[in-house]
Amino acid sequence: MNATTIPRRSRRKRSRLVLRFACAAIYFFLMLPLLIVFPLSVSSAPYLQFPPPGLSWRWYQNYFGDPVWVEATVRSLGIGVATAILALLVAVPVAFSVVRGRYLGRMLIDRLTIAPMIVPSIIFSVAIYGVFAKLKLIGAWYGIALAHTVLALPFVMIVVSAGLRGFDIDQERAAIGLGASRWQAIRRVTLPQIRPSLVSAAVLAFITSFDELVVAMFLAGSQMTLPKKMFDNIRMEIDPTIASVSVLQILLIAAALVISQRFGRRIGSNATMEGPSSKA
Amino acid sequence: MAAVQEIGRPGSRRGARVERRRQALIASLSVPALVLLLVLFAFPVLRLMELSLDAGSLQWYQKALSENLYLQVFWATFRIAAIVTLASFLLSYPVAYLLATTSDAWASLGFVFIVLPLWTSILVRTYAWMVLLGRNGVLNRILIDLGVMDQPIAFLYNEVGVVIGMVHVLMPYMVLPIYSAMKRVDPTLIQAAEGLGAPGWRIFQRIFLPLTAQGIYAGCVLVFILSLGFFITPALLGGGRVVMIAVLIEQQVRETLNWEFAGALATVLLAATLVIYSLTRGLMRQSVEESA
Amino acid sequence: MHASAPGRGNPRELPLADRGPSDRASSWLVIEGVRKHYGAVQALNGVALAVRSGELLTILGPSGSGKTTLLKVIAGFEMPEAGNVLLGGEDITTMPPARRNIGMVFQNYALFPHMTARENIAFPLEMRGKARTEIERDVVRALDLVALGGLGDRFPRQLSGGQQQRVALARAIVFSPQLLLLDEPFGALDRKLREAMQLEVRRLQQRLGLTTIFITHDQEEALVISDRVAVMRGGAIEQAGRPPEIYERPANSFVAEFVGESNLLLGSVATRRDGYVEIAIGDGTEILAAGDEPAGTRVAVLVRPERLRASDAAEGTANLFRGRVLESVYVGNSHKHRIRLDGGRELLLRTPVLAGQRAPAVGESIAVRFAPEDAHLFRQE
Repeated sequence: MNATTIPRRSRRKRSRLVLRFACAAIYFFLMLPLLIVFPLSVSSAPYLQFPPPGLSWRWYQNYFGDPVWVEATVRSLGIGVATAILALLVAVPVAFSVVRGRYLGRMLIDRLTIAPMIVPSIIFSVAIYGVFAKLKLIGAWYGIALAHTVLALPFVMIVVSAGLRGFDIDQERAAIGLGASRWQAIRRVTLPQIRPSLVSAAVLAFITSFDELVVAMFLAGSQMTLPKKMFDNIRMEIDPTIASVSVLQILLIAAALVISQRFGRRIGSNATMEGPSSKA
Repeated sequence: MAAVQEIGRPGSRRGARVERRRQALIASLSVPALVLLLVLFAFPVLRLMELSLDAGSLQWYQKALSENLYLQVFWATFRIAAIVTLASFLLSYPVAYLLATTSDAWASLGFVFIVLPLWTSILVRTYAWMVLLGRNGVLNRILIDLGVMDQPIAFLYNEVGVVIGMVHVLMPYMVLPIYSAMKRVDPTLIQAAEGLGAPGWRIFQRIFLPLTAQGIYAGCVLVFILSLGFFITPALLGGGRVVMIAVLIEQQVRETLNWEFAGALATVLLAATLVIYSLTRGLMRQSVEESA
Repeated sequence: MHASAPGRGNPRELPLADRGPSDRASSWLVIEGVRKHYGAVQALNGVALAVRSGELLTILGPSGSGKTTLLKVIAGFEMPEAGNVLLGGEDITTMPPARRNIGMVFQNYALFPHMTARENIAFPLEMRGKARTEIERDVVRALDLVALGGLGDRFPRQLSGGQQQRVALARAIVFSPQLLLLDEPFGALDRKLREAMQLEVRRLQQRLGLTTIFITHDQEEALVISDRVAVMRGGAIEQAGRPPEIYERPANSFVAEFVGESNLLLGSVATRRDGYVEIAIGDGTEILAAGDEPAGTRVAVLVRPERLRASDAAEGTANLFRGRVLESVYVGNSHKHRIRLDGGRELLLRTPVLAGQRAPAVGESIAVRFAPEDAHLFRQE
């Protein structure tokens, strides 16, 4: 602790403080749009006004009372669930194939599955619109679900294959060596352990679809999805109904994330709960 | 023991055959994904590009790359992408640094602030920015109430609004790669440098910055690529006055039904994206793994 | 196979008549001409090996020598590109691993983290469709066998490294496998625990009469635990034999240097008579060793450091070397010295720690010698 280190240390402390303040401001910038919609959604004013003059549930009533909003929400939920299921069904096998295989061309397949993430979504949307219009698939919910599956595929693929890479393949070998069939080994040993990856992949696919606007804008036709309805509303007539929808959407996605967290940790918490207390 | 006489001679190649069959089986697991990608992705995109050639002529490309109006759109797109990238970097680097150097508890709180917006609908966030930045919006109201000025400033329906909205959406994609690069820096290196008598800013400049350059590069390329194809934010916050390529493509298809021209624009955008993407490898993968 | 529970001995055990190890019929496991490559790397290059029933054979080799690949081929996790694997007279080269009935302990144990120790051990029995009561009985017996009686309900991560090791071992033997494979199982344990586990595994293996293949890169471990040792390098077996054979009569300089410390003197046979040869090793020195290679043969002479004796010249001049002590280390049960000979050559010498006997000090001049019978001779390739 000589004389020169003391000023240096205090200078470092000061610059650390500046950094903390700067970051607090940036966090504020990031959270601001999320926070602002809460008070707006319970405002009694018919147009956007902040701070709100009084409290009212009318925008929530507006939302739940309007069949167009409700139908759009139900449709988007359905498409999201269908997308998550389809994406898992398609992506889990290809992830196994690419991670476990040693055949020629698997790197190419790996690259290819990532492609929908790199190509700008406007290009994919216009392209698939061209094809679906010819096939008279505009307005069909499953058409949107199929297109969303393409968009979700890279995310699911990446998350699941990362989970598989992190999984110790010796465990699957051990199971097979102990007499399990390949399918038994995967079901009893591999899947339970990569379940956190599967859950977050499914949630990711769901949110990719549930949030998706550009593809839906082209493919939905008159059959609104929630993002398209929101988009139209923002463009046409801004009233705080959109704020209540935003709040509900934030809550829904937060719930989805919490669920995926819980599921992801289940293995661990089980182990600690049943652990040392239950000595036979 | 009869079986002993029957088995193959040493050097028989049955093992290799079984292995080939197994590999073929594993390879076949990729078929559903490949079919999906070929039918619903590769084919439609290639078809769109083929439309743009319009019986072998390049006239639509000529139009896109020579007429002043469209050149301006390209220029605006690249300019906005560059500004967004730079702004995102300037905001992200200190945040990533704080996250990488603070305690675990503070870091996970910080991550909530980064990841929560990432998971929130872009529409919700864009809408919120319209409320905040509008002529009678929250920001203008506060500035006038504080007496900073007496006329509202136009934040909305111009490039300022678009840039703010895009930075907000894209910042997390910048923070995550930079953060993980910083986390990979061995803390004993910093201690070693301190032990060798380097002052704080020299440590940052000579050790931290070069070691995190890879992450910065990755974040910048990622944000730039995503900016190029942006549609929702410019469409809403630009209010028709800020036209980026994606907005132009949408107009061509929906309003003028000019598929050939839309195809040409899409091809140019795709080419630009792929060229920039090829500058890095495995970048998208990394950032998704981190945010999931 | 159904009736044999662990602890009752192996019913398939054959009388261990000492027929040659290459004799297919007497061997429980036979590996012939096995080849495997990954990309440009030839992991296995025509491996041939026979393991007798009830014996513990150690495959010893440096990392990258192909020993783990060989184990995977035996277990069925890798298919050889060429060659055969026979177990109990049956050709299992392409048999799926699940049907081989081979127990294996993996390097990192590969315990299933989402199952308790008990569930882990029950797994192979469940897969064989055994009745619940039978499973319970066998699991309890296996837990007792590895002295883990009270810990059955713990998850792997609640167990210490040594305990995890025991669970892995119990899981690998609970279904009375035809063969037990151990892939460097003690690598993660500290020295004391490792030595205890070595003895325990050896006792268990002998008690159950389990034919066992053990893989390690630790030559000391190999010598301690095995009936026989096979030394591997570059995807091929260099030598297989009982531990004293491997240590005292290595087949080539690789084995000599990999197993234990060695002094290797290269030269060629000058004269031969009555079971002794005189070998010229350059700079005018000749050494006398037991052997009968013809004159002119290029040979290497191996003298282990503990076979050298510090001695004065009065006993004659055969196999006597003079030099100076370069370096001297005390290692507890002995002293190790590096000696530079007058010709520039270096030798390693190990001297016992005995009361009243002073160890040579650094810088001192010294004379060392060895008996012709203490030198081992092999042809240089």
